Amino acid sequence: MRTRLVVVGNGMAGMACVEAILKYAPCFDITVFGDETHVNYNRVMLSSVLAGEKAADDIVINPLEWYQQRNIQLHVGVRVVDVDPVAKTVTGNDGRVTPYDTLLLATGSSAWMPRIEGLDKDGVLVFRTLDDTRELIRRSGPATKAVVIGGGLLGLEAARGLQVQGCDVTVVHLMPTLMERQLDPDGGHYLMGKMEELGIHVLLGRTTVAVLGNGHVEGVALSDDSCLEADLVVVAAGIRPNVELAHKAGVAVNRGVLVNDYMETSSPDVFAVGECVEHRGVCYGLLAPLFEQGKVLAATITGNKGPTYTGTVQAAKLKIMGVDVFSAGDWSEQHAEPVRYEDRALGIYKKLTLRDGKLAGAILVGDISDSHRYMEWLRTGVDLTDQRRHLLFPPPAADVGLDVAEMADGATVCGCVGVTKGAIISAIHDQGVNTLSQLKEATRASTGCGSCTNLCQDLLRAVAPEFEEEVKKVMCGCLPFAEDRLRDILKSQRLKSVQEVLEIYGNGQGCEVCKPALSYMLDMLWCGDHDEDRSARFINDRVHANIQKDGTFSVIPRIRGGVTTPDELRRIADVADKYHVPMVKITGSQRIDLLGVRKEDLPKVWADLDMPSGQAYTKGVRMVKTCVGTDFCRFGTQDSTAIGIELERRFEQLFTPHKVKMAAVGCPRNCAEATVKDIGLVGQEGGWQVVVGGAAGKSVRKADLLTTVETSEAALEASELFFQYYRESANYLERTYDFVERLGIEKVRKETVYAPDAVRQGLRDRFSRSKARAVDPWLEGREPKHPTQFIPIQSLEKVRA
Amino acid sequence: MNGHHWVRVTPCDSIPLREGRVVTLGGRDIAIFNLGDRFMATDNQCPHEGGPLCDGIVAGDSVVCPLHAWKFKLETGAVERPASKHECLVTYPTRIEDGIVVLGLPEISTP
Ligand code: SRM
Ligand SMILES: Cc1cc2nc3c(=O)[nH]c(=O)nc-3n(C[C@H](O)[C@H](O)[C@H](O)COP(=O)(O)OP(=O)(O)OC[C@H]3O[C@@H](n4cnc5c(N)ncnc54)[C@H](O)[C@@H]3O)c2cc1C
Ligand code: SF4
Ligand code: FES
Repeated sequence: MRTRLVVVGNGMAGMACVEAILKYAPCFDITVFGDETHVNYNRVMLSSVLAGEKAADDIVINPLEWYQQRNIQLHVGVRVVDVDPVAKTVTGNDGRVTPYDTLLLATGSSAWMPRIEGLDKDGVLVFRTLDDTRELIRRSGPATKAVVIGGGLLGLEAARGLQVQGCDVTVVHLMPTLMERQLDPDGGHYLMGKMEELGIHVLLGRTTVAVLGNGHVEGVALSDDSCLEADLVVVAAGIRPNVELAHKAGVAVNRGVLVNDYMETSSPDVFAVGECVEHRGVCYGLLAPLFEQGKVLAATITGNKGPTYTGTVQAAKLKIMGVDVFSAGDWSEQHAEPVRYEDRALGIYKKLTLRDGKLAGAILVGDISDSHRYMEWLRTGVDLTDQRRHLLFPPPAADVGLDVAEMADGATVCGCVGVTKGAIISAIHDQGVNTLSQLKEATRASTGCGSCTNLCQDLLRAVAPEFEEEVKKVMCGCLPFAEDRLRDILKSQRLKSVQEVLEIYGNGQGCEVCKPALSYMLDMLWCGDHDEDRSARFINDRVHANIQKDGTFSVIPRIRGGVTTPDELRRIADVADKYHVPMVKITGSQRIDLLGVRKEDLPKVWADLDMPSGQAYTKGVRMVKTCVGTDFCRFGTQDSTAIGIELERRFEQLFTPHKVKMAAVGCPRNCAEATVKDIGLVGQEGGWQVVVGGAAGKSVRKADLLTTVETSEAALEASELFFQYYRESANYLERTYDFVERLGIEKVRKETVYAPDAVRQGLRDRFSRSKARAVDPWLEGREPKHPTQFIPIQSLEKVRA
Repeated sequence: MNGHHWVRVTPCDSIPLREGRVVTLGGRDIAIFNLGDRFMATDNQCPHEGGPLCDGIVAGDSVVCPLHAWKFKLETGAVERPASKHECLVTYPTRIEDGIVVLGLPEISTP
């Protein structure tokens, strides 16, 4: 019979160690106990789950099959409550007694609870497990007041997550600056500024003395005799290694389970790894050391004793989007030479400390792009005398692959899992790795905190023969993110105003490129329920008319499907006379254009016309051109006029990434040119063809067939799915002809008409929500958004010419 | 000496944040922009083809002409884009008195 290995703790250190053990010749029957009810997941990413960036399913590391395929007995939801080191058994809280030959303790740590009165009240939570995270999300909401006790990494990430969930958050921190274990006071001040910019309140130099409330949390009392209202209190004041079982197993314990450089405890049958251990006087609370320990332990435990663990340079990164903070090594200035850079306006602070010509520590706030370089210098202890001039700003690289080329094969790319450049290159060559996800699968690189993702991409780009880069253009210099990334950010971070986005993620100013794009994205994402900022929109969208070369405007009322009435025509004629409109023109889209109207006349013109806006000035729904169809035409097979009017009615007043022009025709003779429109309905015997992505402007492109349907309602529904999909997925200023071409019509079909019920329902729901809030913009003529929206300023004092 | 003739123009809140408005003073069309912490004023006419700068998008302390996207520094009136152009807008000093935007016009020399 093989040796029985029992592992207590189904967390990251335990399972990484088991993976390392399995790389050696099989020598164990493995049983794993974990008291959480989940398989092993990435605890680090709980911050992203709380901040809405990831779902619980996205952070699983070892799914059930992983255990099954390796014949590992897994007991989830079972807590080991006792160890008998003489009989060599462990007892679970389900009463089961399991014998072991070798015991591996990977019990991690728990939140440390400071001595505060009232911590037992309902509404006091910690942030350690997936269940904790779910509970935090469940209890958060728009009117919730949350107090986070502790301004360290965990506390700040919790604070931001809660805020994204809608809470009003205050962080109470005992020390005079934030994250004092990772940052010097200056760095802490910079960070404080950024947290406050996000709208998180921070109280420094104060302790919480009591949690108030009658059964349920109602507030907290602070050491300065003040009180804060609270519905939710999160304690993030530190962690304590879980060592009770080690005591019971009879091994030596100090703060953590004591281990030597071979990762041996004081007993030959008992091993320990992860946050529960203490090595050379240090208990670690970050991933990288745990993985290193696991590898050494795996060698020792499988009879391959030799490798030693000698400690880890600690490095930490704050995982709050838009708040870049990195700290590594020993950055204290004692017996060290500090090198500094700061820019208050940009919120950038950098400090390096050097000892004997070598890097000892680094602090980066606001710009952490060089963190990798510094980590490497710390790990290798390279002499920096020759590079003194380029410590903070590397000389510009002549070729872009240089950074990667300069790294030694043994240099670490992924600090969490401990994957070197050499390991990645062999994975690329030997296992045919071409994409980031294949690389993750093959080497586990970039599966920890994710900060090496860019470097992995660079390596793939340089080495992998078939690496295909998704070409991602960034928005603009003010806001250097690709648009799909930006949409994710706005959504997960619940940003609702252009200026807020620019201040947190951009340069605080914005330009004529990003401002209108952000305006659109926010309107689309929040289905119109956002803080519209007119100053971020082009003049056409501020006054709902198209600016002309002389500064006057054109007015095109909506004439749905191109069908009008004598009465309407008379009103148009009267308006043209009354306001001395210089030109009245039939447009190329079956409508009538009044050109040359003065801004101050717009509200009156609209009122006299008494017709809705045709929105010929905006990135939105233009017209549906129609032909006469069955009613009059001898070839007509479908009522194209009626369906065109209905289509226009359903989609009008909604904004789109670029203008959307449509047409409906009654037969394939195509009199209204439906096959060169963004969306076209082509009538045929017994139904409709719905075509998309056509063009006859700057480009000419025949539309692709989306689907063929039998009824008018089905044609409208298919159009609606495509329309909403385009709104949500296209880049700003991308017409459907580019969008459909880029994605391919097969993909478009898969994500719209052939999508699962729930996906289609989602598209329809969001469409309806936007539509429910949309209004005819010309109504603003009666109630201007601002008193001077349409009229020039009259000076209080007159000046003679 | 280049003195200024100060004119009380309009309450601050008649110009929305980060937008511009035009006012006609002594025959000149002047665009006034509200940058939050201060107001800036330039000639309203774009030196390119006369576009109304008051209708432009404000980008930090610059404005972008709505017609062909020339970009100007509000402080100096200098063209930022296109880089090859050296035309310059006339700018006017402003100050705020009792919530009123006050604009400095060049002193007209009277005979
Ligand atoms: C008024 C009108 C011409 C006319 O007198 O018939 C017109 C006028 C303008 N078109 Fe157009 N287009 C007009 C029908 C068209 C058509 C024909 C159609 O709609 O069936 C096309 C080809 C189809 C298409 O859209 O692709 C058309 C393709 C364009 C394009 C090229 C778009 C493209 O990506 O290919 C632009 C430039 C752009 O949007 O970037 C443009 C832009 C413009 C602008 C808005 C330029 C601008 O930004 O100032 C023009 C406004 C003039 C003004 O001062 O008001 N216009 N334009 C038509 C208004 C239709 C309406 O009732 O809303
Ligand atoms: C929100 C959050 C963000 C973090 N961010 C980062 C980061 O950015 N970078 C970084 O390096 N680190 C980060 N960390 C720390 C990192 O997650 C931990 O260092 C790491 O997970 C510790 O691994 P471990 O296996 O030792 O302990 P754990 O992951 O805690 O695993 C121990 C497991 O054992 C179980 N267990 C304990 N006792 C028993 C028992 N008696 N019977 C059965 N099961 C038991 C526990 O329930 C737990 O599931 C973060 C931690 C949190 C909570
Ligand atoms: S071509 Fe077809 S749809 Fe167009 S008018 Fe003639 S019959 Fe009607
Ligand atoms: S008129 Fe201003 S850029 Fe052309």
